[in-house]
Amino acid sequence: MSVAYEAHEYDVLVVGAGGAGLRAAIAASAAGAKVGVVMKSLLGKAHTVMAEGGVAAALANVDERDNWKVHFSDTMRGGAYLNQWRMAELHAKEAPERVRELEAWGAVFDRTHDGRILQRNFGGHRYPRLAHVGDRTGLEMIRTLQDHGIHRGMTTHMETTLVALLLDDGRIAGAIGYDRERGRLRVFRARAVVLATGGFGRAFQITSNSWEYTGDGPALAYRAGAELMDMEFVQFHPTGMVWPPSVRGVLVTEGVRGEGGVLRNSEGKRFMFDDIPPLYRNQTADNPEEGWRYVTGDRNARRPPELLTRDHVARCIVREIKQGRGSPHGGVYLDIAWIAEKIPNAGEHIRRKLPSMYQQFKELADLDITREPMEIGPTTHYAMGGVRVDADTQMSSVPGLFAAGECAAGLHGANRLGGNSLSDLLVFGNRAGQYAAEFAQQHGPARPDEAQIEAAARAAVAPFERAASAESSPFLIQQDLQVMMQSHVGIVRRADEMEQALTKLENLRQRAERVGVAGNREYNPGWHTALDLRNLLLVAEAITRAALERKESRGAHFREDFPEKSPEYGGFNQVLRRGGDGRMELRRQPLPPMPAPLQVIIEEMK
Amino acid sequence: MASATFKPSGVREGLHGEDRGESKMSRAIFRIWRGATAPRDTERASQSGSGFVDYPLEISEGMVVLDAVHRIQAEQAPDLAVRWNCKAGKCGSCSAEINGMPRLMCMTRLNHLPLDKPVQIEPMRTFPLIRDLVTDVSWNYSIKRRIQPLTPRPPDDSDGTWRVQQQDMDRVQEFRKCIECYLCQDVCHVLREHQGFDEFAGPRFFTHMAALEMHPIDQGSRLKALREEFGLGLCNITKCCTKVCPEGIHITDNAIIPLKERVVDEYFDPLRMLFRRKTK
Ligand SMILES: Cc1cc2nc3c(=O)[nH]c(=O)nc-3n(C[C@H](O)[C@H](O)[C@H](O)COP(=O)(O)OP(=O)(O)OC[C@H]3O[C@@H](n4cnc5c(N)ncnc54)[C@H](O)[C@@H]3O)c2cc1C
Ligand code: SF4
Ligand code: SF4
Ligand code: FES
Repeated sequence: MSVAYEAHEYDVLVVGAGGAGLRAAIAASAAGAKVGVVMKSLLGKAHTVMAEGGVAAALANVDERDNWKVHFSDTMRGGAYLNQWRMAELHAKEAPERVRELEAWGAVFDRTHDGRILQRNFGGHRYPRLAHVGDRTGLEMIRTLQDHGIHRGMTTHMETTLVALLLDDGRIAGAIGYDRERGRLRVFRARAVVLATGGFGRAFQITSNSWEYTGDGPALAYRAGAELMDMEFVQFHPTGMVWPPSVRGVLVTEGVRGEGGVLRNSEGKRFMFDDIPPLYRNQTADNPEEGWRYVTGDRNARRPPELLTRDHVARCIVREIKQGRGSPHGGVYLDIAWIAEKIPNAGEHIRRKLPSMYQQFKELADLDITREPMEIGPTTHYAMGGVRVDADTQMSSVPGLFAAGECAAGLHGANRLGGNSLSDLLVFGNRAGQYAAEFAQQHGPARPDEAQIEAAARAAVAPFERAASAESSPFLIQQDLQVMMQSHVGIVRRADEMEQALTKLENLRQRAERVGVAGNREYNPGWHTALDLRNLLLVAEAITRAALERKESRGAHFREDFPEKSPEYGGFNQVLRRGGDGRMELRRQPLPPMPAPLQVIIEEMK
Repeated sequence: MASATFKPSGVREGLHGEDRGESKMSRAIFRIWRGATAPRDTERASQSGSGFVDYPLEISEGMVVLDAVHRIQAEQAPDLAVRWNCKAGKCGSCSAEINGMPRLMCMTRLNHLPLDKPVQIEPMRTFPLIRDLVTDVSWNYSIKRRIQPLTPRPPDDSDGTWRVQQQDMDRVQEFRKCIECYLCQDVCHVLREHQGFDEFAGPRFFTHMAALEMHPIDQGSRLKALREEFGLGLCNITKCCTKVCPEGIHITDNAIIPLKERVVDEYFDPLRMLFRRKTK
């Protein structure tokens, strides 16, 4: 029996319309390919729209000492040297060009006094490096790419979710999915596919991520035979809202600290001065006065400890809370209002520099950040891990399958610096698009066979054939998964808890297999959640297995039972793939040796 | 030092209560549009079984309307269709009409609504309904595609960049705050009552075109299109669009009126008209 579906054909199929996907689509179109872009939401609504603080690029507009070498070494240091050096190099070199071209496409960045793109301080970046638009940089970026892209001949398929990749004799041949509106199945044949599906923060309970972030890209790629890497490194952003409960996890941009915001515990103490890691001691202010001078642009001052890397700041916050010095709702205080002591018109300054933060707290928490400190705590934010790709071309181990942006691994190593994601999207989105177009040119059409299509289609509609019940509600299973991952594989990890997590994941998977949904296929969130669940379970397992095997603490990965960094573990990434028996296999992939000139740069910048 | 004057926020009276994180529960009724026929189509709606359904719900402190919808989805109606992404007023996905007012569901707090009567949530009325709270807004995307994109003058610097002062960007940045929620389109009578989809671009795209027209490096011109194709003249400055904009963009005063003035200057200025006739 064959299934009914609508067919489309492209040279390059881009999955995702965030920064990475749109940039890839623009590049592939420019290279002459016929491009289709598929996305789960509407155009312009992808996660990229939420990015606040800025895009990192060594433009050296604010501090001429900045250049790609400094950006490169900052990125490597931030990633605890597990980054793919080649990606970090390309990223640092190409980001300025990618940011500048956005201006020609309509982006309107904040300006310096001499009329150039303004840059701001951010954690882990030695110099002011983040081009920004107030605290809505992501909106500016996605709108620019979207408005430019729609005039470049790409075809968009909005609210269309892909559920499986299709292969032709080991090579990529397209993908299959459904449209949300009517639930019709759609088959996209393509010579090359670029995954740009973003992250998987939805695997955890407290997150800044939206419903879209269910790890579809990595999961689809894994099932198609691609490798995943660095899955143990999940970034917990130090500052998410904690109150009221319904907005728990919503992000408070690092820009607040970049503008002078400080962290305090319930005793009013600026606790970040208590614990400055040796790797950063030379670059960190040792008193509040110096910190303030830094954020106000004194080039001889060192950065305040609030702007240390996210992993470290998040753990310090957890320590304060655990030791009983937290705020009433289980966070600590982030205070920007205090700058009134330092500058006149502080209130207006804050509203201008951090308009959407002001708005967010005013509307959602009834709190005026120009007058009062915010209550904040860590929130699941970003996936450093994802599909393992070639550094130059972004192609995975499956020929014709590319990945870029948050769903790819390699640039950020064990921890991502703020601002390095938006630049990642531009640099590697562009590369992926370009090489995907090239691949499509060099290879003839691929043909997925009907049996594959049929199997994927059947799996997709299977939940309708099972009775819906409270026990089998996909929403509840997802919730249980999130709560479990938060407590067992969260910020602080332990072997015994993660062993338990694996068992619990197995139970959840069995429950997920019995999920039934009611209603029909038209815009049915129950069904959508049921399908996303499969991907979420897969990435949750990958995170847990990788985290269990990394018996050290490094970057975003913290093990209570192995609290120190281990030199042994500093030499490899962990790679996961599906073994012959269908089980997840993990191996250690030694880091590629870094060329001497780059080593010298790193030494010089220490 | 700062710490001496430090007053933690969470212990303020009234807002967070003394119960330290425990939220107070109460009940409210949510009257939500269900079905695939739009509310305005009263007759067909009742025939096709579309209509309002009441959902009683336990609510807790700090909830927004979208939280309530999600809770109903998880506990009572798993197939309740709703669009959302960011939950923080940044993506413009969750537009709906709440107690008759076009708003973002994620930015509408329950404690700002009267809860002694049902909270009515219905889809935006101006656009075709897909199902429940989800409408087909694709028309907006088709308008965008017809607008001339940024057409920059040659770069000022050899590295391909332009020198532009912040004060020249301020006005454009106001318009660039738009999250494309289309609430202004929803409320504008030219679209809502008069269905002017073929001749009118709507306030969202007037701000978009204003941002391009006022962009310091742009050399394009959209005035002709504004007049002939996008129906700028049909706007009679009722300002309803400005009132509902969640981003607080002064759509009428800062975008539409200046655009109208530019059109007048271009097409109705006697000197210019004379000039144009001569050069023809
Ligand atoms: C609140 C917040 C603030 C941030 N601030 C910053 C910042 O200041 N600076 C910075 O550098 N980074 C920041 N980040 C991180 C950064 O925004 C993201 O990492 C980045 O936007 C990811 O972009 P992307 O293109 O990879 O994916 P996304 O923008 O998430 O796009 C993913 C796309 O894939 C589509 N998709 C997913 N699955 C499927 C499927 N199965 N089928 C079809 N389509 C699919 C989605 O619909 C979407 O269109 C922030 C993140 C958050 C959450
Ligand atoms: S001011 Fe013009 S565009 Fe705005 S709602 Fe009124 S008629 Fe429509
Ligand atoms: S102008 Fe305002 S109301 Fe209109 S779409 Fe943009 S944000 Fe929404
Ligand atoms: S969900 Fe993004 S604006 Fe409401």
